[in-house]
Amino acid sequence: MISIEVNGEKRTFKGFPFKRLIDVLRQDFGLMGTKEGCGEGECGACTVLVNGEPVNSCLIPVCQVEGTRIETVESLGRPASPNVLQKAFLEKGGSQCGICTPGMLMTAWAWVRGGGSDKPQAIRNVLAGNLCRCTGYQHIVNAVVQAVRDRKKIIRNPKSTIQNRKSK
Amino acid sequence: MRGAPFSMNVLRPRNAPEALRAFSKNPKLTPLAGGTDFMVAWNAGQLQNRVVLDLSRLKEWKKIQKTKEGIRIGSLVTHRRIQEHPVVRSMFPLLVRACAEVGGWQIQNRGTLGGNIANASPAGDTFPPLSVYEGMVNVLSPRGRKRVPFHQVFAGVKKTTLQPGELIESIEIPYLKNRPHHQMFRKVGTRAAQAISKTVAAGLLWLKKDKTVQELRFALGSMAPTARRLKSVESFCLGKRMTPEVVDRACELLVQDVSPIDDIRSTREYRLRVSQNLLRSFLNG
Ligand SMILES: Cc1cc2nc3c(=O)[nH]c(=O)nc-3n(C[C@H](O)[C@H](O)[C@H](O)COP(=O)(O)OP(=O)(O)OC[C@H]3O[C@@H](n4cnc5c(N)ncnc54)[C@H](O)[C@@H]3O)c2cc1C
Ligand code: FES
Ligand code: FES
Repeated sequence: MISIEVNGEKRTFKGFPFKRLIDVLRQDFGLMGTKEGCGEGECGACTVLVNGEPVNSCLIPVCQVEGTRIETVESLGRPASPNVLQKAFLEKGGSQCGICTPGMLMTAWAWVRGGGSDKPQAIRNVLAGNLCRCTGYQHIVNAVVQAVRDRKKIIRNPKSTIQNRKSK
Repeated sequence: MRGAPFSMNVLRPRNAPEALRAFSKNPKLTPLAGGTDFMVAWNAGQLQNRVVLDLSRLKEWKKIQKTKEGIRIGSLVTHRRIQEHPVVRSMFPLLVRACAEVGGWQIQNRGTLGGNIANASPAGDTFPPLSVYEGMVNVLSPRGRKRVPFHQVFAGVKKTTLQPGELIESIEIPYLKNRPHHQMFRKVGTRAAQAISKTVAAGLLWLKKDKTVQELRFALGSMAPTARRLKSVESFCLGKRMTPEVVDRACELLVQDVSPIDDIRSTREYRLRVSQNLLRSFLNG
């Protein structure tokens, strides 16, 4: 039996220890937000955070995340209350078909929450493991720049008008 | 065909003695570290029906330690941790640069130095730095521990000299006696990040007061079945001033030290030209 904390909840998994994390999340835990693109580590669509760090869930047998803390895109905001990063994606057009978006959000979220810089070049570097076939990346970079700045404002002034229910 | 989880057995030792005990019972175990090479192959249907020796719980092998002679990097240290380590950053910047170019953030968070070496791809990005820093690989097996010079770990494309039952425990890199006058790491690929190298180079150069070469170390990856030190070039440059004629001749000699191929990523011709340009710009300072 494998115990994991997923989006703040204790979960257990009793199947094959070599089942991929992405399959356990989607098939066993019903968390369909995480997408599979390539299954080769190239596209980043399957990105989740393990102990706060972005990783490709298509390249991890579930036994290796025993005892860790996992965050998927479901841990961010909801349509009625998007977090600061999701709001920026909406405003800046950072998502089109949406297949890359859950992975893109999780990598970017690790960066934004970790206090990463708002320099576009640094952000492009950080997102290098997330491919997008639609946006041409510029809108995504713009969104992350905005999210980094908005989050700093929120931290300085928690009462600011920017919506921020989930982005502690 | 996709990987079939039911075909796999996993052993998860908590420390090195446990891992070695498992290995002495069954030398056919397949080691697994961060999985960024292993799982790609597995997802594609290779490596089925294995008993996997998952090393990821061996905490001792995730450490970077300072020793009297240098630094010891556990085989399970990730590319990310190497980049963050203050001593590695200040003493071995070429290795830090290489780790920063291994895949994207996600790959760097999982991929390990030991896995990079054991996988023995001709394009392993950490190899040229480990070559010019003259690293030593500590290999552990039920028979004991041995120290292997970095280059002797490689037997060919994706082949090492490691025997079944042997694990890479750590990599030791000796401190440089003097600060080099020039140093370089360059990776040339199809895009800035997450691309496999067409050619990858690392160089260290020490000059005497009269500007003649005291020592030159230059290594190339993706230019032969394994990473190569340019022995002919290095010994030719020794004691010489880097005049345009000497640099030209050194670039001609490079051909003797490598054997690049045409493949899906590039041609022999292109690889040679780019490597020569990298060597030239390095020697010109
Ligand atoms: C999208 C993507 C991009 C990549 N980009 C690059 C790149 O730019 N440059 C580059 O060099 N590599 C790259 N890689 C390859 C890979 O990430 C690296 O080689 C990584 O360092 C492998 O480490 P790992 O811990 O993931 O190895 P694993 O996949 O766990 O293992 C690799 C092999 O080594 C063996 N092994 C692992 N650890 C040990 C040990 N301690 N002792 C003995 N054998 C062991 C395993 O049995 C296996 O055969 C990329 C991979 C992907 C998927
Ligand atoms: S599906 Fe995991 S990286 Fe593409
Ligand atoms: S929005 Fe379609 S792939 Fe990125």
